[in-house]
Amino acid sequence: MSVVFEKTKLLTDKQFHYCPGCNHGIIHRLVAEAIEEMNLEGNVVGVAPVGCSVFAYDYFNCDMLEAAHGRAPAVATGVKRAKPDTLVFTYQGDGDLASIGTAEIVHAAHRGEKICTIFVNNAIYGMTGGQMAPTTLVGQKTTTSPYGRDESWCGAPIKVSEMLAQVPGSYYIERCAVDTNANILKTKKAIKKAFQYQMEGKGFCLIEVLSTCPTNWGMNPVEAMKWLEENMIPYYPLGVHKDKGAAE
Amino acid sequence: MALTLMKGSEAIAEAAIRAGARFFFGYPITPQTEIPEYMSARMPEVGGCFLQAESEVAAINMVYGAAGTGERVITSSSSPGISLKQEGISYCAGAQLPCVILNVMRGGPGLGNIQASQGDYFQGVKGGGNGDYHLLTYAPSSVQEAIDIMMFAFEKAEKYRMPVLFLADGIIAQMMEPVEMPEMVDFKVDPEKKPWACTGWKPGDDPAKRATINSLYINTEDLAVHNDRLQAVYAEASANEQLWENYKTEDAEFVIAAFGTVARIAKSAIDELREMGVKAGLFRPISVWPFPYTHLAETVCREGVKAVLDVEVNEGQMIEDVKLAINGAKPVEFLGHCGSQFPTTEEIKNKILAMKEGK
Repeated sequence: MSVVFEKTKLLTDKQFHYCPGCNHGIIHRLVAEAIEEMNLEGNVVGVAPVGCSVFAYDYFNCDMLEAAHGRAPAVATGVKRAKPDTLVFTYQGDGDLASIGTAEIVHAAHRGEKICTIFVNNAIYGMTGGQMAPTTLVGQKTTTSPYGRDESWCGAPIKVSEMLAQVPGSYYIERCAVDTNANILKTKKAIKKAFQYQMEGKGFCLIEVLSTCPTNWGMNPVEAMKWLEENMIPYYPLGVHKDKGAAE
Repeated sequence: MALTLMKGSEAIAEAAIRAGARFFFGYPITPQTEIPEYMSARMPEVGGCFLQAESEVAAINMVYGAAGTGERVITSSSSPGISLKQEGISYCAGAQLPCVILNVMRGGPGLGNIQASQGDYFQGVKGGGNGDYHLLTYAPSSVQEAIDIMMFAFEKAEKYRMPVLFLADGIIAQMMEPVEMPEMVDFKVDPEKKPWACTGWKPGDDPAKRATINSLYINTEDLAVHNDRLQAVYAEASANEQLWENYKTEDAEFVIAAFGTVARIAKSAIDELREMGVKAGLFRPISVWPFPYTHLAETVCREGVKAVLDVEVNEGQMIEDVKLAINGAKPVEFLGHCGSQFPTTEEIKNKILAMKEGK
């Protein structure tokens, strides 16, 4: 018998706590496989956020730091400045990155900090039970927007990739999704490209991954994926928003 | 060794470098901006890193990240900026990360002013951030003492795996004094000594040595175990790390309790009082956490001591620890001002004379 598939060594055997149908499991695996396939084990430090993926330090099988809410890019900056040859990544959700952590992510990009951010956008606060996020779509009902998000009251959803692409210091920004096999492969390719750029000493890279939250959206996993395709992707267009490497 | 005339802020910054600090993250705020300015020029000369953060919040989190690799890391700020750092300081304490934080205190609350103050005593020694934690907290009263404390601050931080806080009033940073600067310490991260740090663990290595720099313990029992561990560390530090100075207290009838530069003003008052035949003395905590309760009690709670005068540049903060130490055995009076108004020698002298007259 020959082994045709093995789980990546860059994930621990700890059982994920994620809800059924959540995309974090897929995205964790893509990040871990990218590290392994690029032979970066032993030379990688990850920074976990506050939110659903707060326990990422228990899942990624490498040196990990758990940051305060929104502060992962600042923590990653400290790590990277101390270990400039190490791959340093943050893994953050949309409440963490696009709300409380806007200063830290904008200035990490602004400094051209040589780190990679995996930004998982599911348009809602998951861990605290489904509150409105800056990324919540107009009209979307959450526990703090029970009548649907009202643009005149709390603004239109923030487009992080487009915003950070405008920051001179950012190097590579791409928005992906994991709704289809093709998109999963594209996401992995984007993650590997970002990691490659970092190891080449290029600037700040961010891969936004659109993700479902069946539990807090009140849908089953299949409905949630359909909702993502019909509502999120039109507002958050997939694709490369900036790639200085391609331009060079 | 020759003495050099140095400004306090620059001397403290240089001492940090001599003590092995190679990473500084900070943000400008008066009256400590000379520290980041000095670091920005000096760090590149020693192969270190100076980085101006976008905020104090970011700076302390950069400290968290760099300290997580085992390096010697320092940040500095002044009172309102230290308030912003409290989140990160609590996380450093919870994650047991050694680092050094300098607070060059200015007047408060809020924006307050930019003059020297001692208004952050409570914040420094009674918490500041959330949760049950302490910082090894030192209150130097001269530039030389600040240098000397810096030379062991990182070792203490690493021994106990807890942040060290300097509570320095603005005068320490702003005045120039002749100092003796120690030799450069040769510091390198030793993964054997810091198995908790991010030093390049890989699958196949001892799983217990994979770094997880973290302050989250979601299960009740786990958090209790973690806090028990922290409290055991604090108990050990409390037993071993108390520092204080007694000045002319052997025969004193009136004992002044003061910390930082105020203690130097008190010494002048004591000398003048003694010339007038009034037996006064000074008890000066150098470590304000751990507070030298027992030593203050031994100084004061004996026959012959009539009363204690606590002098601070605030509305009375350390006085709570002074009263705890004395536990009602002697009367304790207070002299102090907020708004950065330092008490004068004359004021302290007159207060003691009034206490002697029973007024």
